[in-house]
Amino acid sequence: MPQPEVSGRPPAMLETHLIGDPVTVTADAPAIAAPRRRRQRRTARKAALGIAGILGFLVTWQLLPALGLVDPRFFPTATETLTQLGQETRDLEFWRNVGRTMTAWGIGLLIATVLASVLGTVIGLVPFLRRATHTTVEFLRPIPSVALIPLAVLMYGYQLQAALIIIVFASFWQIFIQVLYGVADVDAVARDTARSFGLSRGSRVVNLVLPTALPYLMTGLRLAAAVALILAITAEMFIGNPGLGREIVFAQSAGNWPTVYALVIVTGLLGLLINMVFRAIERRTLSWHQSVRGEDVL
Amino acid sequence: MTLYTSTVITPQRRSRVWSKIGENTAYALGLPVLLVVIWGIWATLAPAQFFPSPTELVEAFIDTWIGPAFFTDVLPSLGRLAIGIVLSVLIGIVAGTLIGLNRWLRELLEPMLEFFRAVPPPVLLPIAVVLMGPTDAMKIVVIVIGSLWPVLLNTIEGVRSTDSVMTETARSFAVTSMERLRFLVLPAASPRIMAGVRQSLSIALILMVISELGYSSSGLGFQIVYFQRNYLIAEMWSGIVLLGLVGVLLAAIFTLVERRVLRWYHGIKEVERA
Repeated sequence: MPQPEVSGRPPAMLETHLIGDPVTVTADAPAIAAPRRRRQRRTARKAALGIAGILGFLVTWQLLPALGLVDPRFFPTATETLTQLGQETRDLEFWRNVGRTMTAWGIGLLIATVLASVLGTVIGLVPFLRRATHTTVEFLRPIPSVALIPLAVLMYGYQLQAALIIIVFASFWQIFIQVLYGVADVDAVARDTARSFGLSRGSRVVNLVLPTALPYLMTGLRLAAAVALILAITAEMFIGNPGLGREIVFAQSAGNWPTVYALVIVTGLLGLLINMVFRAIERRTLSWHQSVRGEDVL
Repeated sequence: MTLYTSTVITPQRRSRVWSKIGENTAYALGLPVLLVVIWGIWATLAPAQFFPSPTELVEAFIDTWIGPAFFTDVLPSLGRLAIGIVLSVLIGIVAGTLIGLNRWLRELLEPMLEFFRAVPPPVLLPIAVVLMGPTDAMKIVVIVIGSLWPVLLNTIEGVRSTDSVMTETARSFAVTSMERLRFLVLPAASPRIMAGVRQSLSIALILMVISELGYSSSGLGFQIVYFQRNYLIAEMWSGIVLLGLVGVLLAAIFTLVERRVLRWYHGIKEVERA
């Protein structure tokens, strides 16, 4: 998806150019102003179309049950759902549940990040370990973490730890693999240069390996954050530790469908928020890096 | 470093090839074998309640899954998984190409698509169950809706970022739009599409298990929970191992397909690196 920043940056660059070089301003001003205006118009058009898309979706949603195309008992209209959502936000218990879900998500992601960065760096830096662990990693990685739900329930019951097992297992591999690739990606010339200048092992790790692996780590972190939210809510739904997921199941068994839909929207918004925050962090920490790498580095 | 170095040449018994193969197998199997041995010793010295020994696990695996259960539980699950994956990849590529080539449509749908991608797929399950009932179709729909987004969004992005010089060249040479799609747009987007498919696979597998957890009476996911509720620990573990094997199989198939589809791409990358 195009980042909003991209549309914002070129006009800013043009402005500094205009201030810095008055001679060209008089000559090129109309030529520069025209694309700038066009760009502004394009951004405005994009926003308008985006809002139109959201409105179109809401209208379709409203009409589907209203016209009887789907069963209105199980598929409440958009207005009903949004009213319910408004009521939920005035309920303290709702915010507690958001807090519980986000706590599980945060702790899980933190544990996974620390474990994966440390193990990924150590294993990635030692060729022997990398070769020896390859098959084990390739076997453990594809195991769907939800397969561990029964085990987690047996070990910890309906506690937070059970959810954490699932969350950590799922998000660990996302980060671990990225760090493993990132650490191995150190430029051979840069590595040899650092060696010949007699940099100690510690400073090589800090000044060479870390900057190389950072873009990979950030990509892994962003993917892991999304996965951790999915698993946090899945765990609440199927293990039953308190949080938004459990509320969805409760509302469903109570037949309270507007609440189910409202909570689904809340989980989507949380996911959206997490995506945006992690993209912003990625841009911030990698502002020095030429290319912010996409998911397809693997 | 000494000035004079002497090398003692020892006669090589085995040929190079064989020692190379031996070394590779040692690396590949060394750690797994070591882990299983440690696990076996651990299980005999200090039997844990929820962790069976390797031998128990293998016995349980053979007893549970090899036989009629393979046809009543495993095959239907895998079938739903396969149909779900194929459908979500097809829908994702077709819809993604349409949306990616049409700027107007893309800008209209983008905020909604971002939102739908962010919705954790498992929350759709209660809704799907009540609208469609606990049928096979419902499970497939859940798999498709959940795993569609990575393919769809990556296809949009891939199609959109087709090299403009190439597009214009194709236009000036009067290449028809179908041919442009076949020989330029889709190949240019394929690395991104495959990256999306890779993400979709793991989501599809998760959803296959989840769609059988609460609202089903057969299938892999149902069986694992059934074993857990009845404290059949070794059987439960055998189910987890089976799911792991399915995941490994899926990853292996994906790697094969990706190598075939993106052969040209990996080739270019290698040339660039050299």
